[in-house]
Amino acid sequence: MGARGTAIGLRIAQAIPVLFGVIVISFLLTRALPGDPAAQFAGAMATEESIEQVRTSLGLDKPLVTQFGLYLGQLARGDLGQSVSTGQPVIEELASRLPASLELTLFALILSCAVAIPLGVLAATRPGSWVDQLCRLLVTAGVSLPTFFTGIVLVYVFYYLLGIAPSPLGRLDFIYLDPPHVTGFFLIDAALAGDWETWFGALKQLILPGLTLALFTLAPIARMTRAAMLSALSADYVRTARAAGLAPRKVLYGYAFRNALLPVVTTLGMVFSFVLGANVLVEKVFAWPGIGSYAVEALVVSDYAAVQGFVLSMALLFVLLNLIIDLAYSVIDPRFGTSAK
Amino acid sequence: MLSIKDLQVAFRTRKGEVSAVRGISFELARGERLGIVGESGSGKSVTSYALMRILDANGRIKAGDAVYSGIDLRKAAERDMRDLRGREISMIFQNPRAALNPIRKVGHQIEDVLRQHARATRQDARQKAIAALEAVKIRDAEARYDAYPFELSGGMCQRVVCAIALACDPKLMIMDEPTTGLDITTQKAVMDLVDELVTARGMSSILITHDLGLASEYCDRIVVMKDGQIVEEGAPQLLLSAPQHPYTRKLVDATPRRGVTIRELLPQEERRPLAPHVVAETPLLEVRNLTKTYQGKSGPVHAVRDISFTIREGQSVGLVGESGCGKSTTSAMLVRLLDPTSGQLLYRGEDLAQMPAADFARNPLRGKIQMVFQDATDSLNPRHTSRQSIAEPLKRMTDLRGAALAARVEELASVTGLPEHLLDRFPHQLSGGQKARVGIARAIATEPDFLILDEPTAALDVSIQAVALNLLADLRARLGMSYLFVSHDLNVVRMLCDHVIVMKGGEIVDAGPVEQVMDSPSHPYTRELLEAAPQVPIPTAAA
Repeated sequence: MGARGTAIGLRIAQAIPVLFGVIVISFLLTRALPGDPAAQFAGAMATEESIEQVRTSLGLDKPLVTQFGLYLGQLARGDLGQSVSTGQPVIEELASRLPASLELTLFALILSCAVAIPLGVLAATRPGSWVDQLCRLLVTAGVSLPTFFTGIVLVYVFYYLLGIAPSPLGRLDFIYLDPPHVTGFFLIDAALAGDWETWFGALKQLILPGLTLALFTLAPIARMTRAAMLSALSADYVRTARAAGLAPRKVLYGYAFRNALLPVVTTLGMVFSFVLGANVLVEKVFAWPGIGSYAVEALVVSDYAAVQGFVLSMALLFVLLNLIIDLAYSVIDPRFGTSAK
Repeated sequence: MLSIKDLQVAFRTRKGEVSAVRGISFELARGERLGIVGESGSGKSVTSYALMRILDANGRIKAGDAVYSGIDLRKAAERDMRDLRGREISMIFQNPRAALNPIRKVGHQIEDVLRQHARATRQDARQKAIAALEAVKIRDAEARYDAYPFELSGGMCQRVVCAIALACDPKLMIMDEPTTGLDITTQKAVMDLVDELVTARGMSSILITHDLGLASEYCDRIVVMKDGQIVEEGAPQLLLSAPQHPYTRKLVDATPRRGVTIRELLPQEERRPLAPHVVAETPLLEVRNLTKTYQGKSGPVHAVRDISFTIREGQSVGLVGESGCGKSTTSAMLVRLLDPTSGQLLYRGEDLAQMPAADFARNPLRGKIQMVFQDATDSLNPRHTSRQSIAEPLKRMTDLRGAALAARVEELASVTGLPEHLLDRFPHQLSGGQKARVGIARAIATEPDFLILDEPTAALDVSIQAVALNLLADLRARLGMSYLFVSHDLNVVRMLCDHVIVMKGGEIVDAGPVEQVMDSPSHPYTRELLEAAPQVPIPTAAA
């Protein structure tokens, strides 16, 4: 246990230099963006002087190192600056938009896992059967169809043709009020408030974009589950378990599946990361007020503070996610942190 | 108790059906210990899997009968088979560490079996599992209950596998190469333990092995299998001292044992006289106070402590010891893949230890010190043909190109007895013995003076090992190379080497000329090693 505890502690400590690196890079990258933000904010009719004035007020006339020092100071105070395009503090906007993205991503991943993992396990236990073929078909379809396309098809079929889905406009239909803000996750907040009508309303809005993302993430998870299960099932310890007369259920879940989980968890972490970055397309299609669309809009108008805030919060999220994955690993795998692993 | 008649097992493969077992019959009486001996591919393991009905999905019993205590194993329902497995018939496997679930506590793995066969309830499972661990003489069983396989040694893992197999008091124990991958002293300890338990409980056992010595020591009767058929059966003493079938004869001949020369491992008609190798007085490699220390989590780990020895020109030195004794670390330092912590490696007077291992690849001496690796399969690039593998060091170390290079590769192939048409094949298209030849040809390509052989025959069947050892002996005489032969098999070392070094715990405990160290061992550890090695009864001269 000692080795494990140390390994976990080390793992957390490793996150600190990574975060600092991200701060530096995001700072430099935004400075390297084409376009002069001062000119942008001063407006089309601005004179040289007014542009200079804006530059001074934004602190852009100071040397980079000083700017960076100022930026760090602000960060330490939890101040991510103000978005120049919306005039709102970046931290507030992120706080309202990040949960929207996270809710969508998590919902999609849970949906995806609920289908992909059993499918992968079934496919592995019966290689070459119809389940295996179905798995292959679904996986191929999932990766080959771009998310904006599946999204639009789903909207067309379920909203336009069948009329069973609500209009794809944001997180909640305008007839509902936002649930009281606790976590920012509408499903959780509504449930906490006991407002089941709003809960269903939020769920209805979530299903189509969630499905779109889930289809996209199905492939890697199902494939990895299948591959990991196949190799676990052919392992020596499964043969030992069978030779000891253990019931097939026990062999399959107690022995093979738990071992197969390790690579699946790794894949899950990777999928989560890229989906979080890639769901901007889905957010656009479903007018989802998420962090992806926010970042794209900010980028287009060279909104330094907003872009930096986005990059930073994403980096934080990634670091946190990797930490969670590693912690999950340490729970599943007793070898974590020892020389055997 | 167990009766098998005309059993046939076949596997569906992409190339059609392959029969692995073609009609074998044998009987096993209550309390009898049967040995099934054969080389890889003889169908001995498949036979046992078929009995347990745990063949892979593409395998099936094609014909024949297998009856255990009145139960037809071929027709029994899967549910009945499940009750049989572990409770009536148990099995232990090779490579014990892999045979245990790596992420489940060993105590829980024993409980699983006890609970499955209703031998324990939730309340007393823990206590019974600990009792099962105690039965296989695991010290401090209570603490071991919570251990994971990776925290246990190989021998300990095999004891746990035994505990699982014996937990429900089965009547028949099948052991499938139970000691492969274990040290020679651990092998003896495990086999003695299992034998004792099997005898004490009046069980029957089937020992599946490629090791004739092991089978003769622990079995009442031996059947010899080849290509899915039984070629001979009988009591071990009789069978091995006067083998009737030519295959048994060949197998017995090829098994390294005391008082036999390396040529006598080969079938009689292939025994050509062995050219003597000349051992000069001049030292080729002097190892002085060599030490390797690793920084472990709980303080420094002394892998090799202050060892010194000399290898003279043309001399073959055997390096023996159990796993963890430092012999692999030593050979890695000698071949300059690992930097010593301190000490000198004088090669013809030049200290190689001064040169970092990372730079040694560019040194001209790189070609003079070469290595033959343990696993012929894993040490060849699967995407390289034999020709490419052998040409690789030549391209790096010499100026040979084009036709000259091709000629040299072909010369090396003929020296190592690799047929020329095999040069363009990939490793997976070659047999174990052919791969071993490629590995040797690659190692001698740059005309080394010093060859480090790291258990080069450990993964080979005995008959192929015999050929490989003879090839090495021939090459030594022909090319005048010195060998450092790293091995755990003392019988092999005895036949091939002039001098032997015994290591234990990173130190040299015994060293000297082979005859002196092995025939009249003075050191207790050497004696222990020699006694642990199973001996085959020496065949009588009459065939």
